[in-house]
Amino acid sequence: MQDILEKLEERRANARLGGGQKRIEAQHGRGKLTARERIDLLMDPGSFEEFDMFVEHRCTDFGMEKSKIPGDGVVTGWGTINGRVVYVFAKDFTVFGGSLSEAHARKITKIQDMAVQNRAPIVGLFDAGGARIQEGVAALGGYGEVFQRNVLSSGVIPQISVIMGPCAGGDVYSPAMTDFIFMVRDTSYMFVTGPDVVKTVTNETVTAEELGGASVHTTRSSIADKAFDNDVEALLQMRRFIDFLPSSNTSPVPELPSFDDAERFDMSLDTLVPRNPNQPYDMKELILKAVDEGDFFEIQEAFARNIVTGFARMEGRTVGIVANQPLVLAGTLDSDAGRKAARFVRFCDCFNIPIVTFVDVPGFLPGTAQEYGGLIKHGAKLLFAYAEATVPKITVITRKAYGGAYVVMASKHIRGDVNYAWPTAEIAVMGSKGAAEIIYRQELGEPERIKARVKEYETRFANPFVSAERGFLDEVIMPHSTRKRVARALNMLRNKELQNPWKKHDNIPL
Amino acid sequence: MFKKILIANRGEIACRVIKTARRLGLKTVAVYSDADAASLHVEMADEAIHIGAPPAAQSYLVIDKIIDACKRSGAQAVHPGYGFLSERSAFPRALEAAGITFIGPNAKAIDAMGDKIESKKAAAAAKVSTVPGHLGIIEDEAEAVKIARKIGYPVMIKASAGGGGKGMRIAHSDAEVKDGFARARSEAKSSFGDDRVFIEKFIVNPRHVEIQVLGDKHGHVIHLGERECSIQRRNQKVVEEAPSPLLDEKTRKAMGEQAVALARAVNYDSAGTVEFVAGQDRSFYFLEMNTRLQVEHPVTELVTGIDLVEQMIRVAAGEKLALQQKDVKLKGWAVESRVYAEDPFRNFLPSTGRLIKYRPPKESSADGITVRNDTGVFEGGEISIYYDPMIAKLCTHAPDRATAISAMGEALDQFYVDGIQHNIPFLAAIMENERWQKGKLSTGFIAEEFPGGFTGNALTSDLKAILSSVAVTADHTENRRKRRIGGQMNGKAVKYSHERVVRLGNDWLPVTIVSEDDRVVTLDNGKPCFVRSQWAPGEPVWTGEIDGKAVSVLMRKILNGYRLSHKGVSVDAFVFTEREAELARLMPAKKLADTSKKLLCPMPGLVVSIAVAEGQEIKAGEALAIVEAMKMENILRAERDALIKKVHVKKGDSLAVDAVIMEFA
Repeated sequence: MQDILEKLEERRANARLGGGQKRIEAQHGRGKLTARERIDLLMDPGSFEEFDMFVEHRCTDFGMEKSKIPGDGVVTGWGTINGRVVYVFAKDFTVFGGSLSEAHARKITKIQDMAVQNRAPIVGLFDAGGARIQEGVAALGGYGEVFQRNVLSSGVIPQISVIMGPCAGGDVYSPAMTDFIFMVRDTSYMFVTGPDVVKTVTNETVTAEELGGASVHTTRSSIADKAFDNDVEALLQMRRFIDFLPSSNTSPVPELPSFDDAERFDMSLDTLVPRNPNQPYDMKELILKAVDEGDFFEIQEAFARNIVTGFARMEGRTVGIVANQPLVLAGTLDSDAGRKAARFVRFCDCFNIPIVTFVDVPGFLPGTAQEYGGLIKHGAKLLFAYAEATVPKITVITRKAYGGAYVVMASKHIRGDVNYAWPTAEIAVMGSKGAAEIIYRQELGEPERIKARVKEYETRFANPFVSAERGFLDEVIMPHSTRKRVARALNMLRNKELQNPWKKHDNIPL
Repeated sequence: MFKKILIANRGEIACRVIKTARRLGLKTVAVYSDADAASLHVEMADEAIHIGAPPAAQSYLVIDKIIDACKRSGAQAVHPGYGFLSERSAFPRALEAAGITFIGPNAKAIDAMGDKIESKKAAAAAKVSTVPGHLGIIEDEAEAVKIARKIGYPVMIKASAGGGGKGMRIAHSDAEVKDGFARARSEAKSSFGDDRVFIEKFIVNPRHVEIQVLGDKHGHVIHLGERECSIQRRNQKVVEEAPSPLLDEKTRKAMGEQAVALARAVNYDSAGTVEFVAGQDRSFYFLEMNTRLQVEHPVTELVTGIDLVEQMIRVAAGEKLALQQKDVKLKGWAVESRVYAEDPFRNFLPSTGRLIKYRPPKESSADGITVRNDTGVFEGGEISIYYDPMIAKLCTHAPDRATAISAMGEALDQFYVDGIQHNIPFLAAIMENERWQKGKLSTGFIAEEFPGGFTGNALTSDLKAILSSVAVTADHTENRRKRRIGGQMNGKAVKYSHERVVRLGNDWLPVTIVSEDDRVVTLDNGKPCFVRSQWAPGEPVWTGEIDGKAVSVLMRKILNGYRLSHKGVSVDAFVFTEREAELARLMPAKKLADTSKKLLCPMPGLVVSIAVAEGQEIKAGEALAIVEAMKMENILRAERDALIKKVHVKKGDSLAVDAVIMEFA
């Protein structure tokens, strides 16, 4: 009997070695950790339970039958992050380069099925060489099975992908359909076709880093939501990130005891908006001063920086923050900002995370580049996302809220629940100068009169009170009381019940 | 006594004058430029009057506007503060003509002392010991070199009208005299509108000691002891103290008597300062007299218990000085640290912008220790590009020097500023400096003690113990909270290992948390350490006790860790489990981008000139470009011999921090 027990331990130890000590060292040499080491960092100590440790592929072509390693290139299972259940699969680069076989895909789909059935988030750690070519179409079919489950789980449980090594070809589409993609700088890259194929087909010479490194995907393509310096930093931050997320679309947002007084006034916010209306200021200061302990997990920080998105907490409960950033492009909405914020708003709505919107938007960005790039539809995405969202929506206008962009930014007209404005707010069709020049076009030749007209328009509209008179704003608030007001409004809305008409699904302008 | 006074100044000094005026029951009037409309002094005063555009030359320096403000507000007297109009005799003359009292010395005294050349002549006449030098006006470089040779190197070239280190140059050779003469002149011209300069002998290893004098309109003059201001950076005072660790009673008396004699000789009738340069042998020479309230006057106030602003107001109103020399007793020791908006890690480049966080230590007086913070800013306020980048003057007073210094160290450890760069780490490092603690000072102190610039204090094993205990207990507080997150499996909290590894910079220190509640931690050396603190996540200052000793550490949350600042040390701390630490050690160090082949703009500024062309060979130390920031020209020099490959900017360009100015081959 004792013998048999020992055998099990032996087999386990063998499986845990993956591709063997030499390959583990090679992995470390590249500045990367192994799949199991990564899981150790992600999960609470001792909480990970591995499934399918002894699974092997069944391929008999190209001599593969002689080369079998238990686990078959992916480590799967479940564990807890601060006590909450999370499913995980981690590609093991030391085993067949982490390549996907039919058996490997089955391991992943088993975990995916469990996660969605048991309503808990799933995290995928990617570091692999694509499909196992020796298996041909069997591997491709495996991808399809994974993709189908990604789609069915979408909006039911949070799906997170962390790219920690190569991720190319068929491997990229599973992450692409998850909610968030994170990357590790210098050691990870993602592309559909690699540099060699690019060279052959288009004659472009490009490195893997230039084609699909963390920098490209966080700043240019917006494929990745955030990048980290190394595996340890990334995985510890995933623990922080999971703490913000509900386990599923039917679970409440996780709650943490807060050390920050919800009634805290921050007097310095009274001077945040500069006297000169054309001078920018950093909207992130407001976010950091309004939310619990200044703890803000920003999403897509390096892309479309004219709009800020991310997670924070109010009185210990997760909220999604969307804010125009006057520091970049004066906070205008452009195509990129529209896409970025729309996706974020939709994530929050899927998972019942209330949305707090801080508005300082002078309008949509004009120009041929924007119009040719489809600004109309990209801008409409954000409008659509806000308008369909049924979660609590709280809006604070700090300064400009002009034109169509005003309507887009969670205005009262698209079911904003509580809409506040600071006394510095200006809610109008456009800036006073532009407006006066249109209304009094015939006086354009007389600079003095036009100046007076601009002043007149300013006095009438460059304030929050015209909107307040119509009930488009619920209240004009002191900047220093923003945290208190938002916290109270969120509490008031905790039992919000709102349903959109039944439909198969909507048709957002993709 | 006056009913209402106007303060023709801004910032901390305006606030400081308002405080005393209010205590005396006087109404106060502030003046402000466009840039200061939302300033603290405007907020504090009973009335505020707008006097023009941000540049001082269009507001704080315009006499007519100040007089007009007095008339509009009915102010009967004007306190000039320091800087701006404080030492311009035209100002008291104009006030007098308008029937307004100047809270400062008479115009003649200002004239006599305000000009450095004239003041030396007066000092010599009053038998005050003076430094050898040439007191005449120097016409050109050639003459400057001739004079310098006659006096003997090293020499100092100074602006005749100057103060505060502007337009000052030390020269060791003919070439340096030529270069320094031209620069001192142009700086004098731009700073004071007066390009006269003079040359004098430069004293080696000198100390800066000054005597505070106080006179009334009835011929009575006393002195309030000395201050030592030897800790200077580029002739700008950084740390001051009273009394001076150099002086003995005899020297103090001799210096005080000479200062009083000089003040009497010019009929001095307000608060003023006679500055001396002192040798290590306590020999001393007259340097100049400042006919105004000094920036560092609080240290004198703390050791004498006399409110200098009150005395200035009283004597200006014609009251007799109620104090006799024998009434002046120096009690205890006071230290002042000037908190500037400048980055000590980037060669003290000025920094401007919004004060996102400003949390000074609490002003207090307990157990013989006083903490005083003179400031003109507030959280959410602005450090403007137009004026002096001073944020605050932090002072401590205690029965003895060592206690005053340690109280200052503690206060600096609680001073949290965010949004702009500041010199608090540098000040904290000075407080920890052994030579400073021993009082072995000279004006070369900073250059000698921080020869390669400031890179932060080294982590000693004591500091490691403190900082790792702080990091591990802070992390523990956060972890305990995380373990209470909702939605956990079984509703049971996760267990955490009590074995931790703290990474402090490049050190990995094992720490054990022995007890959950009292936070007993065991450090590497096996010694238990009792840590107590009320710190909660999100608070910028960790205060508490470690083994019964009060400790304050500034903390800023960074990814997975904390940036800790304490006693001049700034270090990133990460608290890991043993397994995390084991894996974190495998992570390669990130390479920083190689910038050695580039000249980067060290601060936001305007390109004044580019001194080189593409393809040119340059030697280390040669000037490459001049960038202006905060109205100061900063010369960027080559760090090594190189060939200019490409110049990316041109004159007039406005640059951001780290913009590439040029590339080297």
